[in-house]
Amino acid sequence: MSPVTEKGLSGPILEEEVQLSLGDLSRACCVEADFIVELVHEGVLDPIEPTRTRWTFTGVSLLRLRKAVNLQRDLGLNLAGVALVLELLEETEQLRSRLRQLEALELGRER
Amino acid sequence: MEYKDYYKVLGVERDASQDEIKRAYRKLARKYHPDVNQEAGAEDQFKELGEAYEVLKDPEKRAAYDQLGSNWQRGQDFEPPPDWDAGFEFSGGGFTDMGGGQFSDFFENLFGGGGFAGGGFGGGQRGRGGFQSRGEDHHAKIMIDLEDAFSGATRQITLRHPETDASGRVQMKPRTLNVKIPKGIKPGQNIRLSGQGSPGSGGGPGGDLYLQVEFREHPLYRLEERDLYLDLPLAPWEAALGTKVKLPTPEGKVDLKIPAGTQGGHKLRLKGRGLPGKPPGDLYAQIRIALPPAHTEEAKALYQRMAELSDFNPRSHLEN
Repeated sequence: MSPVTEKGLSGPILEEEVQLSLGDLSRACCVEADFIVELVHEGVLDPIEPTRTRWTFTGVSLLRLRKAVNLQRDLGLNLAGVALVLELLEETEQLRSRLRQLEALELGRER
Repeated sequence: MEYKDYYKVLGVERDASQDEIKRAYRKLARKYHPDVNQEAGAEDQFKELGEAYEVLKDPEKRAAYDQLGSNWQRGQDFEPPPDWDAGFEFSGGGFTDMGGGQFSDFFENLFGGGGFAGGGFGGGQRGRGGFQSRGEDHHAKIMIDLEDAFSGATRQITLRHPETDASGRVQMKPRTLNVKIPKGIKPGQNIRLSGQGSPGSGGGPGGDLYLQVEFREHPLYRLEERDLYLDLPLAPWEAALGTKVKLPTPEGKVDLKIPAGTQGGHKLRLKGRGLPGKPPGDLYAQIRIALPPAHTEEAKALYQRMAELSDFNPRSHLEN
């Protein structure tokens, strides 16, 4: 990659600046709205304001939904299994990132 | 074209039952699933598994594949005999579990052509009826420098993406984009570029392109969420007596006052000097005391003099 001077494509940060409706999620992942509702009930997806009648979601939900669809299709998991795997994957990622931080710290001390 | 031994890929015998094949696939798929396994090469292995399973789970395709014989070696140069699939009747088939277009030449040659009636590429748009359909979303990972996330720079990136040519073959084509890196983006987050995925069909809208951003390792800074950490070595007298140092930050040098009596392991905070955001992160200088070497007679004499004058005991807590 190199710096360029002309104006480029720009877009929002999915995790922070994007809000999606149930329809947006359903279209983006080619799944029925009912499947998304089930994932909300299973606690896999969290609407921003769950008590409102029209749900909106953050971009994080899009990434989780996509993973849920892949895991269910490729590994034959049920919804509870998908929920558990997603939670464990997130925990693993947090632990990995903590480990990287500690290793970097250790390396700094040795220098 | 290279011969693919689908039985070897799944680690089963040629006479394995459909149940055994399913079990072997599920077990390996759990291990190599790209959402589960972050290691390089896992995705390729998972694709190979999917291709093998696509053929072996379907009794019709499996029978046709078996017909090629068992004398082929994995990787051996392979041409299917003419009319190899004559006499087989295929019902539907198609790609059921995976999007098409990501299988090997070997698979495409055997099952991708006209031989399989009713077969066809799902192309990741399974289960969508109607004439209009939205294009597929694309995903790619890009590497940027920490400074890019500070300044919101525009960067030129080149992505490789699969394109289907007139004869139906899938080829990897490069595509160059100028992308503005949003100020304050964190590692692992995605930039959404609307309409930059696959074009839609029948007048449907194009898919989106998601760029997952990762940071190259920085020689000076370590990032935790939005906070930056910088290793700051001090000479013992600087730490003991206090001083002022020029501290590099991604936005230029700033003066940092070191209070007298600073210890190794202390963290000095510069509020708001971390990654931009609402609120921005902080910058922490992590103090490390660097020991001056006693490599000259003069240096040794100085240490000796300190030893004589000082009653400092670093191990007092071990002596009770």
